[in-house]
Parts: sequence; structure tokens; C-alpha cells
Amino acid sequence: MDLKELYQEIILEHGKNPRNLGKFENFNKDAEGYNPLCGDKVHVYLKLNENKEIEDISFEGHGCAISMASASIMTELMKDKKNPEVKEILNDFLSMIKQNPELKSQLIKEDEKTKLMSLSGVKQYPMRVKCATIAWHALAAAMSYKKDENDSEKFI
Amino acid sequence: MSIEDIKKEFPIFNNKIQNNDLVYLDSANSSQKPQVVVDRIYDFYTKEFSNVGRSIHYLAVAATNLYENTRTLVQKYINAKDKNEIVFTKGATEAINLVANTFGQKHLNAGDEILLTELEHHSNYVPWHYLRKSKGVKIKFAEMDENGDVTLETIEKNITDKTKIIAITHLSNVTGAILPVKEITKLAHSKNIPVLIDGCQGAPHLKLDMQDLDCDFYAISCHKMYGPTGLGILYAKKKWLEELPPYQGGGGMIREVKKEGITFGELPNKYEAGTMATAQVIAFGESIKFINKIGIENIEKHERELTVYGEEVLRKNNSVKLIGNPKDKGSVLSFTLDGVHPHDIATILDEDGVAIRAGHHCCQILHEKLGLSATARASLGVYNTKDDLEQLNESLNKCKKIFS
Ligand SMILES: Cc1ncc(COP(=O)(O)O)c(C=O)c1O
Repeated sequence: MDLKELYQEIILEHGKNPRNLGKFENFNKDAEGYNPLCGDKVHVYLKLNENKEIEDISFEGHGCAISMASASIMTELMKDKKNPEVKEILNDFLSMIKQNPELKSQLIKEDEKTKLMSLSGVKQYPMRVKCATIAWHALAAAMSYKKDENDSEKFI
Repeated sequence: MSIEDIKKEFPIFNNKIQNNDLVYLDSANSSQKPQVVVDRIYDFYTKEFSNVGRSIHYLAVAATNLYENTRTLVQKYINAKDKNEIVFTKGATEAINLVANTFGQKHLNAGDEILLTELEHHSNYVPWHYLRKSKGVKIKFAEMDENGDVTLETIEKNITDKTKIIAITHLSNVTGAILPVKEITKLAHSKNIPVLIDGCQGAPHLKLDMQDLDCDFYAISCHKMYGPTGLGILYAKKKWLEELPPYQGGGGMIREVKKEGITFGELPNKYEAGTMATAQVIAFGESIKFINKIGIENIEKHERELTVYGEEVLRKNNSVKLIGNPKDKGSVLSFTLDGVHPHDIATILDEDGVAIRAGHHCCQILHEKLGLSATARASLGVYNTKDDLEQLNESLNKCKKIFS
């Protein structure tokens, strides 16, 4: 185990200065992610237009550096993404956190991949995986995605 | 016995945990187990095993005697009047559920009030919550003050002529506050209100005397007392155990079973339905003997000194905020660290072999009052030393550095 891998600069920086923090006025979708084990909460707000494109996205919440950084990075990445893209990126991220060594989606640019991969340190800390995924599950709920029955970390 | 010698009795400290010496500061969650307790479980299963209270062959009789010996040891340890006032349960949680369920069934009606405190562990709130729905009772919470205490006056203020039972913690597992349980019991009894004490954090650290304390119910969690998991104890005054209905039905708790009806067995069998946690009960006898060998007074003295020392060390650290400054404080040090979330603290400390707990510690009502979703908690046991607290502080400084 390596703390430096878990608490990479990117995470510490986003954890300290989260982007897109705070509810905005004209959101039309929202959902809350909650970790009953620790009581951490992340609430995701979306403005989804008629083309199912995320025009605006933000989050509110309290939690550890990992969960705040993950929500911050996610909201940056998802802005202006359309529905099928959102789902693809979300599933790609969750598979990476669960098992895949890297991100596969072509929709994610290299610099964005680097940011997302900074969260992969949690793989060595099973108790912290939920911290890295809480915002993503909230986003899936806000987008009204359904869980794949055979794979609890995949949305259809 | 010196602390070094005491520590040697706990095999967990003989091995490195992820290449570190273990600094175990999570005893309020569960304590480590001395070798004698582990050995007793092994010996029972390998040399003496049988079910208790049923067959009449040699092993069954011997096992039954061993099982009942622990009941007597517990009775003496807490100075209960009668051995049959000791009921084994699967945990303190079940002990409280037992009382909430049976007392609720018989004595609570719509509009009645149950008085708890804001300090309570979920185990001493959720079982009572069910009665809101089934019986229409009201639950009141005596307020915690800014020191993390609940005073006798606050309890008194919350008692009404509708109060039917008071259920309070002996020692808060977050603020460390030791409540004036004897005075509260006296006050409650002057108004004919029975008192349940959640003694999970009391029993491992404080000398107990049920006859002096005079409470009606006292719940104990054995795994926090250097004993096995899967075992708890309900102490209840005999009059209650005789008067209240049985909790669970099954083998062992009945006298006669006919198609038309059933009669129930005598105490303590009435509340011990089915095959019990036999090996754990027998091994718990060794936990009590272990505590008695050191002396609970000595354990209390050692832990009080360490608590004061821990407070001193953490107060000197400018980034640490201690949670709770109660008048009388038990072996719990809850805190926050500026700019670092408790979970991040716990992960970073773990890297140094320092085991603490982070979260709401099953006390969400209390944390809501504090305006915090989580705190970090270092809690002490008989094996802890000043070095452990210094290591804690050093590792906290490492957290600060990472997050600076
Ligand atoms: C104050 C308090 N009450 C109740 C409990 C529940 O005990 P158990 O889980 O052993 O039933 C605990 C243990 O965490 C506790 O600290």
C-alpha cells in the first residue's frame, strides 16, 4: 500500500478546492448519494436539456478528500456531455475502479484520463472504494439510469 | 502487573500488522482478546464440547456447569443479588431489544413517553423507535450540553407524568461523558420510573455494583470486555424478569408444550431460547477472571491516567479539536483535525499501524447536534500506553503534512 498513490496531488488539490461546488438555481434533475457506513453525502444537481445534454452540473456535500475530489473531477468532466456519453464514461470509470487496469472509453481525453486515474489508488483500500464512487452513483440516479442486474457497478 | 506484562497476554501484539507494531486505539469498538480467552474456546471445542442443559451424558453435564459458572462469575463481577438476574444474549443490542420489546409489550401505550439522551448509540434508540409505530409512544431526548455531558438536571427537566422508562448510556462512546447514573436512577425511582443503562462502555472500564446502582436493567457487550463476539449480557432485576413476557420462543425456555398451549420455564431459561453461544459464554468466564486478576480498580486508574495524558498531548496540537469536555470522562478521545476529514485521518494513521475509528460511531443524533458528519476517535483499553498516544499525535502530524 502506498499513501502517495492514494493521496495524489490532483486529489488533494481538488479535495481542497472542489470545482462546481454548490447548488445552482435552475437545475431540473438531482439525486443524493449516501454512504451509510460513514454518513458521507454527495448531492448532484443537473440541468439536462431536451437533447439530454448536461448543460450544467454541480454538487453539494461533505466527505473525505477522496469523495470530494471524485465529485469535483466528475462534474468537470461531465459538463456538456450527452446522455449516451455520460453513461459510457460512468460505466468505464466504475469498471476501472472495480477491476480494469485502465480507462477504455474514447470519449475521455488523455488529460482527463490522468485526472480520473488519480482516483485508482482506492483499489488498494477496499473500504475507500465507496468514497471514490459515491458521486458517480448519485449522477447515475439523477440521470435515471438503471442498474444492470448482473453487475451492480454497471448502468444500463 | 505491569502494562508490559499485561500486553504480553494479548497475542495480537506479538505479530506485526502490515509491517507495523499495532497501536490499537479502537477498544470502544471492540477490545482485543487475551490468550486465555482464545485458548478457552479452543479447549472447549477440542476437549469438552457438548450442548448445555439438555442431555444427561457426562460432557453435557460438564458443559452445563461451565456455562453456569460464567453466570455466577458475572453475577459477582457486577454484584447482582441473584445469579438468575444474568441473562445471556447475542450482544448488548439484543439485551436492549429484549427490554424494549417485552417492557413495551406489557407496559407502554399510546402517548407514553420514553426518555433517552442525545448521546445514545443507535442500539439504544432504534429498538425503542419500533414502539413509536406499534404502540404510538413518544421518544424524548435529553439534551447534551456543550461539554458533551447530560446532567441530572436535564434529565429531571425532561421527565413528565407520561414518562414510563428512562434508557441512558453509562459512558458515552463519543464524548466519553460518564453520566450520574446512580443519581438519575434514584430520581427516576422517586417517580416510579424504571431505568435501563446501556453499559457497553461502562462495564469494561468502571467498577460496577448493581445493588448499589439499583438500576432496573443494565446491558453489557462482552466483546468490549476482552471477551468473545456474539455475546452480551442483560442484567435485570428479578421482579422484571419474572413479570415481563418472554422475548423469543423456542427450545430450552419452555416448561410444557401442548397443542392447546405452552407454559414457560423458570429463570434464567425463560429468556434464553434455543442453543446459546455456549463456547463464548464459557470463554467469557476467562475474560472476567482476567479482569479480576488485574483488578478493575487498577484498570480504571490506568485508563483514567492515560485519558488525561491523551487529552494533554492532543490539546498541545493546535490543529486538533477535542470533542467533549465532560466533568467525568472515560477512556474515549474523539477529535477532529483542521482540514482533514476523519476518514482520511483513519487511512493515513492506519499506514503507521495506528488503528482508530472514524465516522459517526453509531451516534448520528449526537453528530447532528455537533454539526459534524463524522469525527475521529481514539479509545483505550488496558493494554494501551503513553507511547501509543504519542504515536497517535505523531501520525496526526503526518496527516497535517500531507494535507498542508
Ligand atoms: C454505547 C454503546 N451501546 C451499544 C453498543 C452495541 O453493542 P453490540 O454491538 O455489542 O451489541 C455499543 C457498541 O458499539 C456501544 O458503544
